[in-house]
Amino acid sequence: MAEFRFKTPLTESDVRQLRVGDSVLLDGVIFGVRDGNLIRVFDKKVAPPCDWKGAALLHTAPNVKKVDGKYVPVCVGTTTSMRMDRFTEGLLRDYGVRAILGKGGMSLRTAELMKQYGAVYLSVTGGAAAMETLQIEEIEQVFWEDLMPECIWQFRFKGFGPLTVGIDAHGGNLQMDVQAQANSKAAELMKKMGLV
Amino acid sequence: MSRGRTELTNMVTLMEVAQNFYDLIETTCRDLYIQSLKEIPPDVVEAIKRAAARETKEVAKRIFSHYLRSIELGQKENMMVCQDTGIPIYWVEIGGNMRFDGAKLTQAIVRGTERATREHPLRSSIVAPLTRENRQTSTGEGIPIIHYDFVADSDEIDILFMPKGSGSENMSFMKMLVPADGVNGIKKFVLENVVGAGAKPCPPMVVGVGIGGSSDLCMTLAKKATTRPVGSKNPDPKIAAIEQELFDAINSTGIGPQGLGGDTTALGVHIESAWTHITCNPVAVNIQCWRAERRRARISMDGQVKIGF
Repeated sequence: MAEFRFKTPLTESDVRQLRVGDSVLLDGVIFGVRDGNLIRVFDKKVAPPCDWKGAALLHTAPNVKKVDGKYVPVCVGTTTSMRMDRFTEGLLRDYGVRAILGKGGMSLRTAELMKQYGAVYLSVTGGAAAMETLQIEEIEQVFWEDLMPECIWQFRFKGFGPLTVGIDAHGGNLQMDVQAQANSKAAELMKKMGLV
Repeated sequence: MSRGRTELTNMVTLMEVAQNFYDLIETTCRDLYIQSLKEIPPDVVEAIKRAAARETKEVAKRIFSHYLRSIELGQKENMMVCQDTGIPIYWVEIGGNMRFDGAKLTQAIVRGTERATREHPLRSSIVAPLTRENRQTSTGEGIPIIHYDFVADSDEIDILFMPKGSGSENMSFMKMLVPADGVNGIKKFVLENVVGAGAKPCPPMVVGVGIGGSSDLCMTLAKKATTRPVGSKNPDPKIAAIEQELFDAINSTGIGPQGLGGDTTALGVHIESAWTHITCNPVAVNIQCWRAERRRARISMDGQVKIGF
């Protein structure tokens, strides 16, 4: 398991180096996205108001407060990625996203797409938002404030992580591997317990 | 005909409770919401520490170090540990000796929830189901959820608050099994669904199981079960044995923290039960994430507030 540190935006050669289980620190701009704003982009066909070429997108909706007219973080953490799974193809193909950051893993289909387009899924430690919040330098911009808190957030991070590579650009999918092993172990247990 | 009514009226002692009692409920509920997000219950912290100490996988060890760091930031820096402000849920037990206006109590709890959201401020995570409108108050139709119960011979009101996070709440399961499915049907249902939830509810999780009741009571029991101190046992030894059996089974699946593989998948399996109909065998699962946040206040009529978990 190797350790990496990158500055965003990411290139294809950056992300192709990574393998599941590797640890990554990220610096620079990371966009916060989730259900509400991705539904607007893909289902309501509203183009995102920012450039996502090489971008790292984080599944989040933060707690913020306004100080002198500017948003500052109160608590920024990570939400369950699987709800946004069906948006992966559009994000990679149409907008050139190179990394999706979230928790709980993404599907086998997302892993295929990440291999095809050259992208990775970086697993953030869910629930450990206090740590994550301290790694934010600034909320640079906020788009679509009418969706509060599901706006598109432009954060600038310093040393975000360590993140765990959950899906690499070679077809690896750590969470799905663990899930498959758990499923077969559970089947074996249920037989032993006389449940099936 | 009117005689019974007259006697009933005479028995009631009419008493006006001072407004500052309701004000105290309001500020207490505000503080419960805010502090529940910052101070993880001590039994949960101990369970996470034990799990971290015996973990053998490298990735899982790293994840546990992030959990412990965030718990520490909550305690020492007064930071919210997780960003999910959850669905606000109150379990209220009213002492039988208390006399006050219940409708005003409900209003005070709602106002406390709104004040926490505005004054901290907290992210309002509550929206209308169809329009997705967010009032930015953490409240709406039916929210906060308030469960009322009554306790004989008590002079206190006991409010247990939980900010129920959605990553785990989305992993809720219920089935009306039939009597012929038996206890084995219950065990199978729990195992299949908890293992199927995998990484999504932020493991290691507290698994709440409801058995019996009607469908709605069964689900409520499952949620109530998650509020028990982590690793506590059901007083009925038959139920406690099932808790232990499921706990051991879930922890041998290797899902681990964040579903990245590891030795601890559940911090506890808690079962709560009620009697049911002769044709029914209901089972429900409700899951809490690794933080299993809860916070309690006991308030007496003389204005004393005792904080606990």
